[in-house]
Amino acid sequence: MGKYFDMLMEDVRLREGLKSCMNCGVCTGVCPAAEFYNYDPRQIVNIVQTRDDDQIEELLRSDTIWFCGECMSCRPRCPRGNTPGYVIQALRTLSQKLGFFVESEKGRQQLALKRTIGENILRTGYCLVPKLIAPELHPEQGTVWRWIYDHDEEVYGRFTPVYNREGAGALRRIDDKSLDEIRRIFDVSGGTAMFETIERHSDRKAREMGYDGATQEYMMRTFTYNSDNEHD
Amino acid sequence: MRRATWSEYQKDIADDKYYYARSCIRQNFFPGSERAFLNILSKDLGKDILDDPAHSSCTGIGYHSDIVPLETIMTVVARQFSLMNEAGYENFVTSCITSFGIYTEVLATWEEFPETEEKTRENLYKATGREFTKPKSLAHTSDIIFHFRDLIADKAVRRLVNRATGEPLKVVEHIGCHYAKIFPKSGIGGSEFPYVLAGMVDSWGGECVDYPERRHCCGFGFRNYLVQANRGYSIANSHKKLESMAPYHPDFIVANCPGCTMFLDKWQYTIAEMDGRTYGENGHGIPVLTYEEMAGLVLGYDPWELGMQMHQVDVEPLLDKMGVDYDPSAKYLGRNGKYIGKPEAAVVNGCSQDFIYDIKV
Repeated sequence: MGKYFDMLMEDVRLREGLKSCMNCGVCTGVCPAAEFYNYDPRQIVNIVQTRDDDQIEELLRSDTIWFCGECMSCRPRCPRGNTPGYVIQALRTLSQKLGFFVESEKGRQQLALKRTIGENILRTGYCLVPKLIAPELHPEQGTVWRWIYDHDEEVYGRFTPVYNREGAGALRRIDDKSLDEIRRIFDVSGGTAMFETIERHSDRKAREMGYDGATQEYMMRTFTYNSDNEHD
Repeated sequence: MRRATWSEYQKDIADDKYYYARSCIRQNFFPGSERAFLNILSKDLGKDILDDPAHSSCTGIGYHSDIVPLETIMTVVARQFSLMNEAGYENFVTSCITSFGIYTEVLATWEEFPETEEKTRENLYKATGREFTKPKSLAHTSDIIFHFRDLIADKAVRRLVNRATGEPLKVVEHIGCHYAKIFPKSGIGGSEFPYVLAGMVDSWGGECVDYPERRHCCGFGFRNYLVQANRGYSIANSHKKLESMAPYHPDFIVANCPGCTMFLDKWQYTIAEMDGRTYGENGHGIPVLTYEEMAGLVLGYDPWELGMQMHQVDVEPLLDKMGVDYDPSAKYLGRNGKYIGKPEAAVVNGCSQDFIYDIKV
């Protein structure tokens, strides 16, 4: 009893985010994820404060912890000073460390996030760059974005002298020395280990699901598949 | 009553000598706004602001997608501070709201749990040989524009007023969640009654619209937009806000967060393509501006030099109301006036709905 709770308490966000919850439900009332999903942050906080290993493990393996958008609207509204969003961050981190995230559809999406945003950070020093936002994967970006995407050198050239080149300005290429520093920071502070953990467990799960490992096809499945869209 | 509440949440904002950190989303979607910020500060107001090529993303989108650990982002932040030290600056200014939330959270975490600061110092030294001192002040770029709003008003060539009627323009101000919901004391006006954008609108002659979902999130939700399968969350929350503000007939929306500005613009496009529903006048969308674009128009900047052609929702109806002189034929030109074609028409800009949007592609 309390094994997972103790592991969660190693994360300062859990210590900061969970004092004691009186189950008033204000967090759920203002939560954008609760607007959209069958989702109740109050219940998650309540389960964690029970310290019950079985219930917490069920959470760590579930879709439920992946619904939150981390907007933190819950934080200033809680009358007891809790932050359900921080509790979620601690749960997600532990779920990945233990490899439980691959047991849910939403959790498996972490591979897509690692391969897009994560790898882009190490490659460019930015979370995103224009060429990552391909119109085929982002139809909602609209007709103007397609025009920008197709004429990026010309459009960005009006606003920055260094598009994809070194120097000061928007969308500059970050120099190799700086990128090396970023990569070494990831190596020494656990970022690289987190990426490897996501890859390792995803590969295991992909094979279990009949794929030839965590292939591009498997990654795209995690990126696009939503079982709620399936209707009998 | 409300004003008294706002006044409880004030913060010191440095008057000069800023170290500037760019935003991943803004430099992609609003590079003209970042340039306008630097120009307003250095050229219009004569301030010293450094755009250092050695800085990087704070990695905040990765952190809030839970793939970048807390220890890692704290070390990336420490590197940014080290670069600021190296350049001889003390006032850190960030262009992004997610980053602003990250910097406030990291500084607060170091304060509350000093062992995390020690560990970060060790990590940074081990990875890069760098050391750092914390900034004397931390501000978001909208704080800086707010700070100089009266100076900008003194230099204004036009105000946020409908030229034909003389009435103040009706403005929806949308504050990014991570501006003040994580640390209310770090934002002007706090989380419930933020005054950072409303103060600009007041100073420049407009009128803010109060509406039920004024403080609701735009719906970015990090993994809820970044992963295609989850985007229903994102559009549903933008839809909720747009439906809530529509009865108040806003002339435009202004936001201080890169993601919010982009999503409130792009989801209007998607909703119009899916349902034919538009929220502005005459079958058009509501223009969505950054605060630099709003300040730039007030100061007389050319809208295409501000980058307003990169919006999906056309801004011309607003420019016409304000009496802005602009060259329609220059809107979609590339560098040095090169013609590069123009975007396809869209329902949100008054084009007829001739197909049903296929969300699955």
